[in-house]
Amino acid sequence: MNYSIAFRTIVTKEILRFIRIWPQTLLPPAITTALYFLIFGKLIGDRIGTISGASYMDYIVPGIILMSVISHSYANVVSSFYSTKFQRNIEELLVAPIPNWVILGGYVSGGIIRGLLVGVVVALISLLFTDITVNNIAITLSIAALTATVFSLAGFINAILAESFDDISIIPNFVLTPLSYLGGVFYSVNMLPDFWQIISKGNPILYMINAFRYGLIGVTDVDIQMTFIITGGFILTLTLFSLYLLHKGIGIKN
Amino acid sequence: MNALSLRNLRKTYNNGFEALKGIDLDVEAGDFFALLGPNGAGKSTAIGIISSLVNESSGSVSIFGHDLRRERAKAKSCIGLVPQEVNFNQFDTVKSILLNQAGYYGTPRKLALQRTEYCLKQMDLWDKRDTVSRRLSGGMKRRVMIARALVHAPKLLILDEPTAGVDIEIRRSMWQMMQEVNQQGTTIILTTHYLEEAESLCRNIAIINHGKIVENSDMASLLARLHIEHFVLDLARPIAAAPVIEGCQIERVTDKTLNVAVPKEHSLNTLFSQLSAQNIEVTSLKNKTNRLEQLFMDLIDSNPTGSKATGDKS
Repeated sequence: MNYSIAFRTIVTKEILRFIRIWPQTLLPPAITTALYFLIFGKLIGDRIGTISGASYMDYIVPGIILMSVISHSYANVVSSFYSTKFQRNIEELLVAPIPNWVILGGYVSGGIIRGLLVGVVVALISLLFTDITVNNIAITLSIAALTATVFSLAGFINAILAESFDDISIIPNFVLTPLSYLGGVFYSVNMLPDFWQIISKGNPILYMINAFRYGLIGVTDVDIQMTFIITGGFILTLTLFSLYLLHKGIGIKN
Repeated sequence: MNALSLRNLRKTYNNGFEALKGIDLDVEAGDFFALLGPNGAGKSTAIGIISSLVNESSGSVSIFGHDLRRERAKAKSCIGLVPQEVNFNQFDTVKSILLNQAGYYGTPRKLALQRTEYCLKQMDLWDKRDTVSRRLSGGMKRRVMIARALVHAPKLLILDEPTAGVDIEIRRSMWQMMQEVNQQGTTIILTTHYLEEAESLCRNIAIINHGKIVENSDMASLLARLHIEHFVLDLARPIAAAPVIEGCQIERVTDKTLNVAVPKEHSLNTLFSQLSAQNIEVTSLKNKTNRLEQLFMDLIDSNPTGSKATGDKS
């Protein structure tokens, strides 16, 4: 049995899905982030000055790019896999001789690709407002890919456990968005009182955004190695949990 | 060789409902097999387990000799499933539904394109290949599901009420398609509530009730067990009362219609002679009920709790 064909089929299907609905998937982040750059970066940012030696516009660009990567990699998998469940075409995959890891790999790859594609779109929009020279291309790309993987896996788990469309919007609205905003997109964690600095360092998104910022402009509030350990740990844990859910058929089988 | 073997298959759902109470079943390769039962009898659970949509509680499933637990990929590769409900992505085109399905089974692209064309032409859907599937009629959607199930050339095709809700013209064309597929060597397991469908298409039959197999036989033997056949007779002239004929039960429905229950040993020639002798002329005759339907109801009624389970094939 050639599993690479099944894997490619799922990934291609996922890519075609989000490209087919590009006004819902690729256009909104371009508009939203252009407004972020205009309002926060240009109009307000010019009055704020610099943070850690970087202009405010340069400082927020990495965070806004990664925030888009996070929300879109998550949204792609959670909406696609839940729709597959809801329309019952998950049965096509369950009846077919596809191992669970191929199903997981296919959907997560689709999420990663959309997340990174949106990241590229947002990065291109940012170039309309500022010039960014990449400080460390390897760290930039690896953190973006690892972050997209973490949130694609999280979206997959959310989709498996969701029983209604409400269930797939709770985590993005009430967990991801607050954690992203409190993850140092618009400020340095060092600007917070000690107590809130400690609390903030319990937020994994803070590490991802700062490592990505380091990759792009060479500024960070956290240890880069710690970011790789955290994202690696999340990927391992979420992968094992996803495979367990698929194996047991929780949320997808009777 | 058996296309399908079930051994002591049991399923108890989380709410405690015991849907399958240890069923044994063999379906020979090449067969056209009917799996019948009333709603809630356990048919869909059994099909769900065979097609990996439901986890069994215990027991084993073997498909063309491949154990579904130990040789999962090989066993699953043999199956094509046509479910009761439309379950393809309604935003995909007909062609992409089949191509994706072929891809899930590891079919190389070139072969997948050939198989897709063949199956869509077989189901008379080739001119609809680029149509978004939600725009198809109900009958076309059913045929898309059959084409999808056939695209990886399965050895065992499971049809779970494939003609439910389609008009008689489409149903008959689907019967013809199913017979062609079976004649090409594909084993077919059919569940249906149209017993006429099972009687005309299937060679062997199992009836499931309350999670147990209550009958497992070849169709001819089963139908031969009918002792009494019921007919409706249309008469040329009105009659005032039902005639009396020894051995037959006759009921006057209208002044020109009779319901007649005829024992097997009582020939129709004799019946007509006896009616002629009473100056009653019959203009037409038809079966009051489908023969299998009559047997089915007898079996279900005699097993209200599945107490007369007989798992053996006669």
